[in-house]
Amino acid sequence: MNAIFYILAALTITGGLAAILLKHLIHAALAVTIAFAGLALLFLQLDAQFAGFAQILVYIGAVAILVVFAILLTRGADLPREGVFSPTWLVGLVIAAGVFAVLGWAVLRSVNAIPQQAAAPAVSVLDIGNALVGRYVLPLEIVALLLTAATIGAVIVAMHEKAGSR
Amino acid sequence: MAEKLDQIFIILRDWLVSFLPAVLRPAAGVLLAVIAIVCVFPGLFALTTVFERKGLGRIQNRLGPNRVGPFGFFQPIADGIKSLTKEDIVPFSANALVHFLAPLILVVTVFMGFAVLPMGRNMVLVDMDAGLLFFFAMGAATELSVFMAGWSSRNKYSLLGAMRAVAQMISYEVVLLLSGVSVVMISGSLSLPKIVAAQNSYSGIFPHWYIFTPWGLGAFIMYAIAATAETNRSPFDLPEGESELVAGYHTEYSGFKFALFFLGEYLAMFSISGMGTTLFLGGWSAPFSFLSWVPSWIWFFGKVMTSIFVFIWMRGTLPRLRQDQLMNFAWKFVLPFTLLDLMVTALWRFMGDGWQRWVVCTLILIAAYVLMGRVGLRRKHIGPRSYRYAE
Repeated sequence: MNAIFYILAALTITGGLAAILLKHLIHAALAVTIAFAGLALLFLQLDAQFAGFAQILVYIGAVAILVVFAILLTRGADLPREGVFSPTWLVGLVIAAGVFAVLGWAVLRSVNAIPQQAAAPAVSVLDIGNALVGRYVLPLEIVALLLTAATIGAVIVAMHEKAGSR
Repeated sequence: MAEKLDQIFIILRDWLVSFLPAVLRPAAGVLLAVIAIVCVFPGLFALTTVFERKGLGRIQNRLGPNRVGPFGFFQPIADGIKSLTKEDIVPFSANALVHFLAPLILVVTVFMGFAVLPMGRNMVLVDMDAGLLFFFAMGAATELSVFMAGWSSRNKYSLLGAMRAVAQMISYEVVLLLSGVSVVMISGSLSLPKIVAAQNSYSGIFPHWYIFTPWGLGAFIMYAIAATAETNRSPFDLPEGESELVAGYHTEYSGFKFALFFLGEYLAMFSISGMGTTLFLGGWSAPFSFLSWVPSWIWFFGKVMTSIFVFIWMRGTLPRLRQDQLMNFAWKFVLPFTLLDLMVTALWRFMGDGWQRWVVCTLILIAAYVLMGRVGLRRKHIGPRSYRYAE
């Protein structure tokens, strides 16, 4: 089991690193897809079927596609002349390391704070569905409202552009 | 005897596996099932190509392939040898790695979808709790391979085809999922064997398939439209429209890689037909209660091949849509209707048994269909076509 975890972790990290280090935008988008797939497999390895499949469906099926679509529709996949790396990469690195350190610290502390559970609870997709429309229905509705607002906003932005061009 | 015939593949697998030591048996059983899937569906693919060309020939009043073997039935073998021996050309400016990976990813993800389809009583490779979700997740992953193929070829026709394919697949993917959701609402399970079991009962001689309910018929029609678009079949074959884009995203593929794309397209047709069969047409259950003695796998494959026949029939009959028509159709008719159908499904669920729900649900769906058709066609003047330059 541990060997599988290390293989998946290596895959995910390689995908993530490739996404930030590759110079070509489309290559970076494809590399981040590998990272998404690695994460989905990690979820599956933890027996979280719903999270794993939802990760594939949403991130690989929709987010990655939208990313490459947006790249192609907007500026093309040509390399910019001044290089792709930001001149302030050092600051970015420091901030990223800081965030990572805080998150890692919180995760490591939580292991001590919560006593180790003997067995992982078996959560079926049915339980998740019941919890979503039962106990957590209010957060679900709020998220739905937010997404609807975002969709309407996107439509309005698109309509405005069309009216202006005439 | 009928029971034995029904379970013949299970018995065969258990008999083959029993030669091995007990430790290896589960793994060997899975391996055998995988081999069966990997052999049966490409075999069906070979048969289907002949039937398609014959059928299209019939529709277009010509003979179709008739040179290789009796009635041209060895044509797929000749085609296979041809594509294996052809030179594999990679364009000079193509992105070699992505160009190489695209057909592989397509075929692998399409094959994965078969893992959760129940092809007969007890004949499912993995009985997954979230089988439906797995199937659609794998279907979503194929989109990326189409994009990779079109983009890495460095050809404007390929890129245009890929863009069209991705736009079309994203639009119709939503419909595909939502029409599946209405089945999940009624059967209360994401597991495909359970969905089939929920439909496998009869009143009198007639089965309780979901297609024989108002919401089920609506969802099935929307599913069929979305499935046609999802597999890039005519009339939704804009991503590879030969008369506009040469061959769309696989223009720059030759030899066996092209054959893989061809295989992937037909396998996707099989798997999406299998899914439609499982969701709406009762999967492996018999159409009349007195036909239950016929082995369940015959019904499953019979239903799948019937769907394939309808695909071929539509290809020979309908003209190709335009890109804006395709998008308008998806977002202004198919998606709203599917959402409404979801509401009707909820109504059906909570109205309880009785004849009232049949009347109410049917009326709502018919009214919505007529209303949306009227509103959609109001500003369009449909009449004899006038040609600007041709006359």
